[in-house]
Amino acid sequence: MISSSNTISFHSQTDRLLLWGLRLLSLMAGGILLLVVAFLILESWPAFQDIGPARFFTDQDWYPTERLYLLTPMLWGTLWATLGSIVLAAPLGILSAIFCHYYAPPLLATWYRRLIELLAGIPSVVYGFWGLVVLVPVIGQLHPPGPSLLAGILVLFLMILPTIMLVAHASFAKVPLSYIHSAMALGLGRWAMIRNVLLPTARAGLFTGILLGIARALGETMAILMVCGNVVQTPSNLFDPIRTLTANIALEMAYALGDHRSALFVSGLLLMGMVVVFVVMAEGLQYRKLDDTAR
Amino acid sequence: MSEPTKMATVQRPVAVFLRCLLCVGALLGQFSAEAKEGKLVITGSSTMAPLVLEMGKRFESLHPGTRIDVQTGGSSRGIADAVNGLADIGMASRALQSQEGNLHGFVIAYDGITIILHDSNPIQELTDDQIKGIYSGIITNWKTVGGLDAPITVVNKAEGRSTLALFLHYFTLSNRDIKAHVVIGDNEQGIKTVAGNPHAIGYVSIGTARYDATYGVPIRLLPLRNIPATLETVREGTFPLSRPLTLVTKTEPTGLANTFIEFARSPATHDLILQHYFVPLAD
Repeated sequence: MISSSNTISFHSQTDRLLLWGLRLLSLMAGGILLLVVAFLILESWPAFQDIGPARFFTDQDWYPTERLYLLTPMLWGTLWATLGSIVLAAPLGILSAIFCHYYAPPLLATWYRRLIELLAGIPSVVYGFWGLVVLVPVIGQLHPPGPSLLAGILVLFLMILPTIMLVAHASFAKVPLSYIHSAMALGLGRWAMIRNVLLPTARAGLFTGILLGIARALGETMAILMVCGNVVQTPSNLFDPIRTLTANIALEMAYALGDHRSALFVSGLLLMGMVVVFVVMAEGLQYRKLDDTAR
Repeated sequence: MSEPTKMATVQRPVAVFLRCLLCVGALLGQFSAEAKEGKLVITGSSTMAPLVLEMGKRFESLHPGTRIDVQTGGSSRGIADAVNGLADIGMASRALQSQEGNLHGFVIAYDGITIILHDSNPIQELTDDQIKGIYSGIITNWKTVGGLDAPITVVNKAEGRSTLALFLHYFTLSNRDIKAHVVIGDNEQGIKTVAGNPHAIGYVSIGTARYDATYGVPIRLLPLRNIPATLETVREGTFPLSRPLTLVTKTEPTGLANTFIEFARSPATHDLILQHYFVPLAD
């Protein structure tokens, strides 16, 4: 009875107050996002007018103080670092969740999960600092100069692994027990059960985990700023230094004036666009796969 | 029977929410009340910020009720904030340029920029032309300048930093000429990068570099034109790559801002300036 919306809106004054309170709060949450986008567009507007959108992709290079505003190398830098880390973290995260959930003895599984939870709580600047003083010199010995796309990928990998693993773990936990019982009754082996029953059932959750990982990798700033070298160039191999869009904003925003400042907001806008593209792609992929399994 | 109890439980979150609103309101009120008392906002150079922060703390304890809020963001921001009125005082780690003549600048100390190498690098000295050659990508191996057979890692600063501007100006380079392998933000990041790479070359504030080198960070400060990068040479004004640390105001400073600037220039802060490896005014 309470669950019907009529009861809530007409019978009780306090319920109605709460409902409008909640509506207001949701509106605020949604409104903040819209305000952020509006702010980004507003701040990058001078750059669009003075420089023109095309020059962000056709200029020779990024030297904002000399009025050259090419953003594509940083777009590639962001993209490669994100893709590299997700290619490493997604299989490892999902496989370790499978291990934790279906193979590990209970005591080990609990401690393992706690360890990963701890890993998820470490602030990114700590990863960055570790990368700068440990990882980068090691890579530098292998292939100078050291700060590189590879260092960025490895640090991002460490950062998004716990996210993917924990979300995967949670979605495996949500698979109905009856599915597992049925699979066992059919005489399926453990791996066959995981591959044919559990993975397809938990797919939506796994995609969400990967999506969260991608979003975190795209948006990561401090750690990337410390280990990637920040040279504006399209990377030709793993050992090339790169600059990501986020690092570009963090490095130069405090010092930027006029069109340079606006151009940095354009990098922000571009990053926002990339996140939107990823989310739309992932959503599409997720629903298509779900439809396939439903059939 | 169940209806009234349900209502009571629903009422509670609403009450909590309203109470939260009240708290936020009270906090906001407190902040605006605080702003009315003596508060100075000082923004700008990341080189100067740690020093001015210490000066501010001492100033606060000498003048109870005042608050000195120091934010970094680079000399350009310091000057822009002073012009826009976003800050009461700007910090610029360079002399005011001619087109900034309508601003008021007050030098509080001096700083020098030094070329740094890893401690294990056998190079003891580089000429200006060699440094220029390394930064413009003409010299790419330490062997060329008498060192080991190893590729040089060039560490440059990000655009907009006054350290970069001073460096480029001194070596008559344009940032487009520089073939960098690593681009860094602040001095510490530069020192960590060079300390972690035996074949790197970078440039940072002498104050920060001296401080870190004294505390065991494996870097070496190179002399320039045979003049060693020390606090003495900067104080004498003989070190070629040096700069004044300047507090900037839009109009002739009055009241609290004036008191603070006089304090910052007085001998009462010389120990703080020396602690940060800057060079106090000679007076």
